[in-house]
Amino acid sequence: MNKIYFDNAATTPVHKEVVEAMLPYFTENFGNPSSVYQIAQINKKAVDDSRETIAKAIGAQANEIFFTSGGSEADNWAIKGIALAHKNKGNHIITTKIEHHAVLHTCEFLEKNGFEVTYLDVDENGMVHPEDVEAAIKETTILISIMYANNEIGTINPIKEIGAIAKAHKIPFHTDAVQAIGQVRIDVKEENIDLLSLSAHKINGPKGMGVLYIRRGLKIENLIHGGAQERGRRAGTENVPGIVGLAKAMEIAYTDFEAKIEKMTALRDKLIKGLLENIPYTKLNGHPTMRLANNSNIGVEYVEGESLLLLLDMNGISGSSGSACTSGSLDPSHVLLAIGIPHERAHGSIRLTLGSQNTEEEIDKVIEVMPGIVQRMRDMSPLWEEVVKNNKQ
Amino acid sequence: MYSEKVMDHFMHPRNVGEIENASGVGTVGNAKCGDIMKVYLQIEDGIIKDAKFKTFGCGAAVATSSMATELVIGKTIEEALKITNKSVAEALDGLPPVKMHCSLLAEESLHAALWDYAQKNNITIEGLKKPVEDVHDHDHDLEEDEEGIN
Repeated sequence: MNKIYFDNAATTPVHKEVVEAMLPYFTENFGNPSSVYQIAQINKKAVDDSRETIAKAIGAQANEIFFTSGGSEADNWAIKGIALAHKNKGNHIITTKIEHHAVLHTCEFLEKNGFEVTYLDVDENGMVHPEDVEAAIKETTILISIMYANNEIGTINPIKEIGAIAKAHKIPFHTDAVQAIGQVRIDVKEENIDLLSLSAHKINGPKGMGVLYIRRGLKIENLIHGGAQERGRRAGTENVPGIVGLAKAMEIAYTDFEAKIEKMTALRDKLIKGLLENIPYTKLNGHPTMRLANNSNIGVEYVEGESLLLLLDMNGISGSSGSACTSGSLDPSHVLLAIGIPHERAHGSIRLTLGSQNTEEEIDKVIEVMPGIVQRMRDMSPLWEEVVKNNKQ
Repeated sequence: MYSEKVMDHFMHPRNVGEIENASGVGTVGNAKCGDIMKVYLQIEDGIIKDAKFKTFGCGAAVATSSMATELVIGKTIEEALKITNKSVAEALDGLPPVKMHCSLLAEESLHAALWDYAQKNNITIEGLKKPVEDVHDHDHDLEEDEEGIN
């Protein structure tokens, strides 16, 4: 059976060219970039060149790119680093209810340590309203952290408008762009972004590799104390293969960008339309148009998400769900609840996220298989029994 | 994450359906929590002749419903009362720890069906307590951890 992978928002396969670019840095080019001899200098150059490539891709300068172990580390650093460095000015942070846990749990940690956090509501499409951000600003606000695009429902936020508000109030603005990178053209200067988190493994790069962009001149506490790497702000010998891999992945992601995104958006819309038309009692979660090109998130009533995932898996299709049963807790996704979806519907949501490797045939296959699976589950559901009864009356 | 037996009962659930004029019917759980089990029992001369179920829930919920009905068929009421969430889970070669509450649902739905049978026939079944409205209530307090999808 052909495996169809539709969970690219979780992670992606590493691009062949990325692997090839990385390989020499495991073996022959193994030197420590901090050393003086020639084989080490090759690695220093690789790190410098990669930094340059990544900076260019987001409109930053090379000395504003700081390598981390991934998106979660970048989020942690941005939030804790600003909170600590600016605590004399105030203790208030503005974020939203739909952030990734790397942001939410970091904010909760800071709340336990004397900081005050405002978690903004979003609208029914999952969008943050810039006027709500402005209204939440206080004298004591020292950070605004709002995700570029949501990992579950794909909604893209008006980052440029929020950035302008933050700038006008002279408040540092962080955005978690882990999902947006490679799918949206980002220019940190034009969009007034002071800090931006990104991750390699979401864009066909290696796992364990990320970046925090920090605008030059912004005061931030250092993350890892030790050697002089990352200009002393994040010590530790560089993950050279990872850095080279991330740069290559960024380069590939932004080559022929518009054509690729247009193609993926068409596939996404075909998938969404096909599922909504062929399965009764379904609804799209998230914004219909202001959404990531790879993201579909469908609420399927009267079925439970984990069961749906297991049956899709039996048909070779990998996806994910906002159901409690897939999260190791009894509560469904905080994002779905934040956009006003009741618990019972949130349990039946399914997220299918496309990647560069997916084809139209795979979309067709999902549209063909899923209605039968949903019906099979509904037929054994006591909730469906009542729907059928009510429809007969 | 699931044993082969759980997957087998999930993929090929036994005894799915309804029993018309069942001796006892029990429903536990709620949609808000993501699982509901409805069990139908046919009881003759103190013996459970047949059992059917309908379940809305995850893989473990479906598999434990299926196993619970399989275990209860042919048993006396006294024997049926001895079926616990642990015995259902064991019969399935175990469940992941976060899924144990699903097996509790299976136990409770059997008890609820037996309670319904006792009410209908005006009898008292020794050792059977009135079913709780929502078996999840206490679970929510126990588990505070939450992890979203990445």
